[in-house]
Amino acid sequence: MAIVVDLVVQLGQMLVVLALAPLLTGFVRKLKAHLLRRQGPPLVQPYRDLLRLLRKEVVLAHSASWVFRIAPYLVFAATWVAAALVPTFATGLLFSYAADMIAIVALLGSARFMLALAGLDVGTSFGGIGSSREMMIASLAEPAMLMVVFTLSLLAGSTQLSSIAASMQGPDVGLRVSLALALIGLLMVAIAENARIPVDNPATHLELTMVHEAMILEYSGRHLALIEVASYLKLLLYVSVIACVFFPWGIAVSGQGAAAYLAAVVVYVVKLAAGGFLLAIFETAIAKMRVFRVPDFLGAALMLGFLAVLLLFVTRAG
Amino acid sequence: MGLQGLLWCIALLLGTSLAAAAAGRHRRAGTLVYAVALGTTTVALVIAGASLLAVGSLGGALQLPIGLPWLGAHFRLDALAAFFLVVVNLGGATASLYGLGYGKHEQAPGRVLPFFPAFLAGMNLVVLADDAFTFLFTWEFMSLSSWALVMAHHRERGNAAAGYLYLLMASFGTLALLLAFGLLAGPGGGYAFSAIRATLPSALVGGVVLALALIGAGSKAGLVPLHVWLPLAHPAAPSHVSALMSGVMTKVAVYGFVRIVFDLLGPPHWWWGALVPLLGGVTALLGVLYALMEHDLKRLLAYHTVENIGIIFIGLGLALAFRASDMQGAAALALTAALLHVFNHSVFKSLLFFGAGAVLAATGERDMERLGGLIHRMPLTALAFLIGSAAISALPPFNGFVSEWLTFQAILLSPNLPQWLLKFLVPAIGALLALSAVLAAACFVKAFGITFLGRPRTDVAHDAVETDSWSIAAMFILAAFCLLAGILPGYFIDALAPVSEALTGARLPRQNELDWLTIVPIGQSRSSYNGLLLFLFIALAALLAAEAIHRWASDAVRRAPPWDCGFPDASPITQYTAGSFSQPIRRVFGTVLFRAREEVDMPPPGDARAARLHVRLHDVLWDTFYLPTAKLVEFTAERFNKVQFLTIRAYLTLVFAALVVLLMVLAVWQ
Amino acid sequence: MDRLALDVAHLFAGGLVLVSFMLLYQDRMTGLVNNFALHALVVSFSVAWQAYIQQAPHLYITAAIALVVKAVVIPVALHRIVVRLGIHRTIEPVVGIGLTMLAGIGLVALSIMVMLPITAEAGTLAREDLAFALSVILLGLLMMVSRHNAVSQVIGFMSIENGLILAATGAKGMPLVVEISVAFSILIALIVIGIFLFRIRERFDTVDIHVLHEHRGERP
Repeated sequence: MAIVVDLVVQLGQMLVVLALAPLLTGFVRKLKAHLLRRQGPPLVQPYRDLLRLLRKEVVLAHSASWVFRIAPYLVFAATWVAAALVPTFATGLLFSYAADMIAIVALLGSARFMLALAGLDVGTSFGGIGSSREMMIASLAEPAMLMVVFTLSLLAGSTQLSSIAASMQGPDVGLRVSLALALIGLLMVAIAENARIPVDNPATHLELTMVHEAMILEYSGRHLALIEVASYLKLLLYVSVIACVFFPWGIAVSGQGAAAYLAAVVVYVVKLAAGGFLLAIFETAIAKMRVFRVPDFLGAALMLGFLAVLLLFVTRAG
Repeated sequence: MGLQGLLWCIALLLGTSLAAAAAGRHRRAGTLVYAVALGTTTVALVIAGASLLAVGSLGGALQLPIGLPWLGAHFRLDALAAFFLVVVNLGGATASLYGLGYGKHEQAPGRVLPFFPAFLAGMNLVVLADDAFTFLFTWEFMSLSSWALVMAHHRERGNAAAGYLYLLMASFGTLALLLAFGLLAGPGGGYAFSAIRATLPSALVGGVVLALALIGAGSKAGLVPLHVWLPLAHPAAPSHVSALMSGVMTKVAVYGFVRIVFDLLGPPHWWWGALVPLLGGVTALLGVLYALMEHDLKRLLAYHTVENIGIIFIGLGLALAFRASDMQGAAALALTAALLHVFNHSVFKSLLFFGAGAVLAATGERDMERLGGLIHRMPLTALAFLIGSAAISALPPFNGFVSEWLTFQAILLSPNLPQWLLKFLVPAIGALLALSAVLAAACFVKAFGITFLGRPRTDVAHDAVETDSWSIAAMFILAAFCLLAGILPGYFIDALAPVSEALTGARLPRQNELDWLTIVPIGQSRSSYNGLLLFLFIALAALLAAEAIHRWASDAVRRAPPWDCGFPDASPITQYTAGSFSQPIRRVFGTVLFRAREEVDMPPPGDARAARLHVRLHDVLWDTFYLPTAKLVEFTAERFNKVQFLTIRAYLTLVFAALVVLLMVLAVWQ
Repeated sequence: MDRLALDVAHLFAGGLVLVSFMLLYQDRMTGLVNNFALHALVVSFSVAWQAYIQQAPHLYITAAIALVVKAVVIPVALHRIVVRLGIHRTIEPVVGIGLTMLAGIGLVALSIMVMLPITAEAGTLAREDLAFALSVILLGLLMMVSRHNAVSQVIGFMSIENGLILAATGAKGMPLVVEISVAFSILIALIVIGIFLFRIRERFDTVDIHVLHEHRGERP
């Protein structure tokens, strides 16, 4: 009986994540529009876009292969599974021990691998631009992310997100410089991985500035819908990770009962809204970087992560 | 019992080799040789696998009265040997299966067939050897038979130079190993491994032996800076031999290192655990960056072998560091991670080389810049190559991710090490490992994408034909192993337990008793991974999405020309090439490490010729280490040349002087 | 309370190391000077906090000196020098920003590796401050070595001074006299360097050190 309840809660988390992801993106877009003194699209516009795309027919290029057709499903599946394994309103769920932070980062890497291949599949130069730039950004963002994971797991003694969240709520963490550095590094990686300004512009169609948009240029219909959902899920994943690691107050522990879960869901939605708010302000306040300044930016994130690991040893000694 | 069976298999392989030397030109010789090799290696694989799982009952030692009269030839089958025999024979069996189909394309079968079974036999013998002489003899035999295979196509451009460099580096490596064994045997001179195990060397001798083992075994495995022969020699051989050399022979070299350093050398010192992972990390990063700059498919794969050997040595070095500080559980974890990566790499590297061989046989091209769109013409090869690429890029749910995850877990245990240098060095090596893992993914997006995806860039790519069913069977067997080892890693980890117990005194907790087939390397609260669940989730999510969408939304498809932002149908030349794909990464990493410079040669206005882009890369290691050494050797040889042309009286004087000097030394020594 | 005190001190000291890295990352003159003002600000906060937890009121004066002189007066003066000399351009590092940052990380690791085992007897706060202070000093030296520009070398020199202040206040009992004299010597050094910069600029229309090198005299 208990296992059925656990299963239901785990499935509930997966559905919550899928349901909230387009809402987060809609919220960010609406907020950015307001900051630019525009009305902006309604909050539920991403859902409408997805429904519209799902109903349209797919236009495939003559040279597209089965990799092109399968990639959206695999990208969506990998990103959804990764997002579902991040504690959102409860830690210690039934399947949260299937993957730790390293595995979640690698799952996102699988999604990126398939997307980059899909970009190369049709054989146009735009796809090539997107894929090669995406792999360059990934080659610095993923190590930076892993350095942040190292810092957190050296502090918490575990790589499981549930254990990290639990130890961050504990008493002997304190205000450490390493945590501040890890937070800044994680923010920089999140911006790069989600193709946000200043690394990439999610609303552009100019080839000089495209990275993510260039890879998915040839996609249409239901395939495009799946890839869009995957990018919404990725943004939700990163905001959830930052919320559950650095602001873990209000997360329920598995087994506390339905009332605790509901309260935790409300807290989670508030955290998402705060994250979306800050993202919108940041994106509006800053300009996009040239592509070849991105390695400097991400190199700084990698250095910050590594510095965080080093500085951790200073206080562990004492 | 297991040992006798293995020795009979090896004898059969040697006999086949002799028979093929005699009758190699015969029409059906190829099929027969490969079939016998397949059968023998499969039997050996089964015996080795059974021995690994039940090493107490099936292992053993044997002494044959061949070789040196006072020493004989010792052979031993213990857990470590059983594991490496599994690796060797799995690679050998799949290569023979592949050869049944690929061998038909061979232009000069008489140069390949006699040496192929000999190569397999040599590798098996190295793993079984139990004394220094047998080890070195079989090591040289393995090198020479693979050299003969490298020289099989000696008329092709560059192959003769590759073979020459290979022979040079192999001899240099054997010399280092000879000195290492000499030091290990000590003044007592007991060359049997059991005698060597009993004597404990001093700290200085231990350090020198480690360095010599790194040079000797490391050069054969491909550690930087002794890796230069690998990207030249491995691609020169026929493709199934390339797979054996990259996937299996490098692992035999790793076996040599593990045997000498972990088994024969006694307790390690802490600085060994600093040097070896550092070398491994640098090798991993440099290997993958070299691979990114390549557009020859086989050479790219060879450089990737260098990277993965680096990852294996990171794990081995961490095991040494933990052992030196008496952290046996952590040492077992690091060693298991390294050995699991040995198995995983041999599987997916062989698979990738088989794919490259299929492409080579179908199109005659190894250069990615002249391929493209092969997924439409060779769909099965493409699928197998894709699985291999995903596995080598350490993507869940395949096997490459499991061994990298275990290595990361071992790295995360480093704060418990007492030495400060190690505390800082190991996270730095973790950063190098993370960098090389994601650069490997980038490299294989390039390799698979440019070769198989897109549109054909030349006519040979346009007209390629799918390869034969033997090759495809071999590739899919390996692809199945990639998936199985990723989904059910617990069984493989448990199989490695006797090896880690023998070498580090500890083992990982039993994995097969855990729920849902999760693996827990250290403790449940610390970290766990479940490949099966991830695979099931991803598959279910994808299928669910496909089913839901196709049923309730739309499943209409229409074919049309590509959108391409509205440009009219461009020629296939406008696609990205391998060089252009790696250009951003070359700009970031290559300007420092390879002195990469791009120059554009623009024609003046009015001139109608095409502009040209030149990319200049310098192999910094070659320029720093090898060219000066070559110049020094030439200079010294020039000087010594004069000794060739002396008069008779001068020679007599030399002999006389040598005699007098030796007598003086004898007098003083008394 | 004790825990919080240690954590905040640790935060300030680590923040100082972070600002030193930001100094290394800067490639524009105004950004560099503003960053140096932030550096001095963090040092003054750190010293003020040390004054609070060590209950040593004379350190408040040190903090005030650092704040007024280094975070306000000197950056304003440098801004004006930059405007007067007409230097408004970017600073090129000698070997690329990536390698410089990598070298910086190595220096931080080195100073931690050196300081922590040596000071095993001392209290936690002093050990951390010494390790961080050595990092700041080495990073300041790295900045001086890895830039062509004279103004950035001046700023590197002054960030070394901030590191020394951090080290001095971490260990209890450093008298105020030393602080005043050190601060004055900095001010005098700055005036002298400013005069030099004016002269160099008048003579050669540039403050790039490379140009100076060609006029050294031994060269034929």
